[in-house]
Amino acid sequence: MSGLPDPAAVRRYVDESAPLIGLTIPPECRDGVVRNLAGLLAAGLLLGEFPVGETEPAPVFEP
Amino acid sequence: MSVTDAVGLAEDIRARRLTARETTLAALARVSERDPGLNCFTAVLAERALDDADRVDAALAADRDPGLLAGVPFAVKNLYDVGGLVTLAGSKINASRDRAVKDATVVARLRAAGAVLLGALNMDEYAFGFTTENSHYGPTRNPHDTTRVAGGSSGGSAAAVAAGLVPLALGSDTNGSIRVPASLCGVYGLKPTYGRLSRSGVALFGISFDHVGPLAASVRDLAAAYDVMQGADLADPVCAVRAVEPCRPHLARGIDGLRISVADGHFARRGEPAVFAAVESVAKALGASGRVTIPENDRARAAATIITASEGAGLHMEDLKTRPFDFDPMTRDRFLAGALVPSAAYVRAQRFRAWYRERVREIFREVDVLLAPTTPFPAPRIGQDMITLDGVTVPARPMLGQYTQPLSFIGLPVISVPVADSGPLPLGVQLFAAPWNEAALFRAAAVLERDGVTAARVVR
Repeated sequence: MSGLPDPAAVRRYVDESAPLIGLTIPPECRDGVVRNLAGLLAAGLLLGEFPVGETEPAPVFEP
Repeated sequence: MSVTDAVGLAEDIRARRLTARETTLAALARVSERDPGLNCFTAVLAERALDDADRVDAALAADRDPGLLAGVPFAVKNLYDVGGLVTLAGSKINASRDRAVKDATVVARLRAAGAVLLGALNMDEYAFGFTTENSHYGPTRNPHDTTRVAGGSSGGSAAAVAAGLVPLALGSDTNGSIRVPASLCGVYGLKPTYGRLSRSGVALFGISFDHVGPLAASVRDLAAAYDVMQGADLADPVCAVRAVEPCRPHLARGIDGLRISVADGHFARRGEPAVFAAVESVAKALGASGRVTIPENDRARAAATIITASEGAGLHMEDLKTRPFDFDPMTRDRFLAGALVPSAAYVRAQRFRAWYRERVREIFREVDVLLAPTTPFPAPRIGQDMITLDGVTVPARPMLGQYTQPLSFIGLPVISVPVADSGPLPLGVQLFAAPWNEAALFRAAAVLERDGVTAARVVR
């Protein structure tokens, strides 16, 4: 694991990005959302540092 | 009358030693007696069940074959559409929606085979959990210790079978939601290959990983339910167009010729010792001495978590925007966080999924069946937040999916078998195989059950 992202930065990201997609984060949910999103971003970092080469994403659309 | 043996009951009913009506009445009586202390059911359909049972009895009286599961009581997780019932999916939000106009495809197939639907079962809200501690409808309690969780998200399904309320139940599994409760309640659970069974009429959660499947108290019953539900369904774009491959004919074949090994690495750490002892007992019985290392399972879990959170949030976005307080506090913050995941992380996770699938495909060229624990510990207490594993204290609920999540991530077929001598509380072991090779799993599971290595724990 690459560790958790900076909590203050995650908090700012939540505060600034949520309204842009029409989400209102209730104040009592903010800490929980920040904690969960920090975990998801850490998961993303763990994947980002792994070489998958030219692999295509898994889903296949059949027209 | 015991209602724990589905195929046995159907044989008795077909031979007119029992009627479907008296079987249904016995099951309904047991539900009335036992369920208030367990909270498995969110709806009991007594009248409809008795009508179905009477149809089975009428068919037999007219010398018509009512089907393989004639008169067998069953129940379904409340994310399956049941005609005339609101599909709650564990939520308060859905309670105000319209009633379903028809049964989900697999529910209809079980009923067409003569099975009698008793009702709908409790679950984690929108299937986003491993414990069935539902704040709207109350927790489902583990029949073996009612201070403990039943597992989830198909907790009502596993507990209903373990309590002897029904011999068969349907659950769904996105990251482990059939296998985790099967392990914690001591029953058999099948998550088939991704795309094997139709999800039409089932409330979705993580569309990349959603599977449906049965839970039962015997391998024979698990196979019977699975066989009846198979078949293409154009109403589900994920459901594969493949011939039905019945597994019941494989149950008596034994394991000669099957290459069986134990998954090590990720699957051999961060669990309680009893969990690994359970795997060893199954391995010994199957003559599995080899060890196989699947690479990058922590990344598989990370990717599965990103995809699940993103897809789950996407499905519920309008409600997250307009009525966040109507979500269960157990899921709300996770759904909201999922809505904010950068799209690049989601795409990366789907690319990793394809990479990981290739590695596992390579492994299955050398082996037919792999063994791994189902859960890293037995049922936690209701309300228990943390657990200590290998000297490290971690959140208990997500850890329940530690061994199940990498396998559903790439859609492998898995049976969780209940180990007979796991100690005071039940524990399961996963048997998993290459895609579409459910038959190998059933062969191995049947041998384990025959030899007494595994046995469902049903409260008498």
